[in-house]
Amino acid sequence: MKALAASARRRTGFHINTVGTIGAAIVLFWIVIAICAPLLVPYPVGKIVDFDFFGPMSQKFWLGTDYLGRDILSRILMGARYTVGIAFAAVSLACFVGVALGMIAAVVGGFFDTALSRFLDALNAIPSLMFGLVVVAGVGSSIPVLIMTLALIYAPGSYRFARSLAANTNTMDFVTVARARGEGTVYIIREEILPNIIGPVLADFGLRFVFIVLLLSGLSFLGLGVQPPNADWGGLVRENLAGLPYGAPAVIFPSIAIASLTISVNMLIDNLPTRIRDRSA
Amino acid sequence: MNSMIAGLIIRRVGIMLVSLVIVAFAVFAATELLPGDVAQILLGQSATPEAVAGLRKAMHLDQPAILRFGHWLGGLVTGDFGRSYANNRDVADLISGRLVNSLKLGAVTTLFSVPLSLFLGVTAAMFRGSFYDRLVSVFTVTVISVPEFMVATLAVLIFAVYLGWLPALSFANEVHGLGELLRVYAMPVITLSFVVSAQMIRMTRAAVIDTINTPYVEMALLKGATRRRMVMRHALPNALGPIANAMALSLSYLLGGVIIVETIFNYPGVAKLMVDAVATRDLPLIQTCAMLFCLSYLLLILIADVVAIASNPRLRQ
Repeated sequence: MKALAASARRRTGFHINTVGTIGAAIVLFWIVIAICAPLLVPYPVGKIVDFDFFGPMSQKFWLGTDYLGRDILSRILMGARYTVGIAFAAVSLACFVGVALGMIAAVVGGFFDTALSRFLDALNAIPSLMFGLVVVAGVGSSIPVLIMTLALIYAPGSYRFARSLAANTNTMDFVTVARARGEGTVYIIREEILPNIIGPVLADFGLRFVFIVLLLSGLSFLGLGVQPPNADWGGLVRENLAGLPYGAPAVIFPSIAIASLTISVNMLIDNLPTRIRDRSA
Repeated sequence: MNSMIAGLIIRRVGIMLVSLVIVAFAVFAATELLPGDVAQILLGQSATPEAVAGLRKAMHLDQPAILRFGHWLGGLVTGDFGRSYANNRDVADLISGRLVNSLKLGAVTTLFSVPLSLFLGVTAAMFRGSFYDRLVSVFTVTVISVPEFMVATLAVLIFAVYLGWLPALSFANEVHGLGELLRVYAMPVITLSFVVSAQMIRMTRAAVIDTINTPYVEMALLKGATRRRMVMRHALPNALGPIANAMALSLSYLLGGVIIVETIFNYPGVAKLMVDAVATRDLPLIQTCAMLFCLSYLLLILIADVVAIASNPRLRQ
């Protein structure tokens, strides 16, 4: 049995343990839900289907109904689109900008590096939820604004992470050799640095995704994220908070949805093979 | 030696002040430079262009942005925070009472969470790899990876709905007697302590484990010291610096948590004031609250840095 597992490990190149697999499965599940939500919802999302508000779980409404008598299951399924979609767009933007700038700063060095690092470190000193509050107060809340804001808040962290990795790789002999060959900055970044830091960068991408989901939920919970009648998971908790003293399922299940997504991303990242996670750390 | 530490600390303070100016610029840019004319918002859609122009002049909105920024920053430094748009009162008046409430909440939470997380963090490091350690780790990772409002709703569900010990989502301004005070503070403090402790436990555990892995602690173990003596006598005194550093850093999580907690429990603090101000787009109030938050954050980071420098000679270069 052990030999079999070992040979499988050799074939695929890496091996993910059970906990990691469960995490991956749950993450995949929510991604599929986010993509196919309109096909899966049992009731139209905005439609009031029950005369009873904060209805209990029943055969007809699997997860109960909300404060207006709308079906919670449908709203959670559609909420996945907002939560997963916005967070994914924001984390992609943040990591793309952060990693690109980080690699450039590490390779170019000098004044550009110092100035950019100092500036982004200072931006990091704004507590993230507060940054969101300030921007929403100034500009108002819409989905593009949310994506840009979340990306702006988490780009400095991504920059710092990528820069330190790239700075380590930058001192390696093969980079010096490439420089001696007369390769340009773009070539060095693309062909020498990036392939060597991509593993940890992807793991960081996952962790940052969790932070963004949490922040987005927090903003929506304060009523400053996705605006009604649409609702992401944080917004669903806010809407139905009045049901909390009765222990209504309408408050509990959106929370569980958020927790299941964030915890399973963490489980997946924590159990990634060390080879991927910290190749150059 | 001491003058060197003083020099380093002055340098840190300098960096902090520079950061504060950059942060102030970011806050100003986010609230004033982006589209959306404040005068127009204040007067509403039906205002005549003349009225809007007049108000713009009165509020100095017709001046270049950099001048307005300088003016605003100067006001902040001299204690002139401007007037609230929403009710035309001095921002300083609005904030002062609320600030005391928030600080009280923060202080009580700190009093609870620091000893608790010290104990859990150190014992988890002491019995590293045991079932107890794994339990603590699972707990901290779970709390860190769920939103703060979920911790709050769970606390309400458990203590108010199922057990019925505490009031659910109300905050009374009139408090009589110690028992009532405890009941009122219990829920926000429990929630905040959970959020902050999780970070603290993790960082404390990491700090102690770092020290346990050093050769001199291994030496103590080889000499036959018990595990308890090894941690208490050899590892812990050397880990105090990193632990204090971790404490200050994780207290900065209070600042995010307090926004959610004050809102959910209707606690009359600065964060609640700020969230309400966002709803009315009361920019002077928002700016001041934001700067207050950033200042406390930077102060906590500064304390963490200073403690690290003071406790670790190797950082004094």
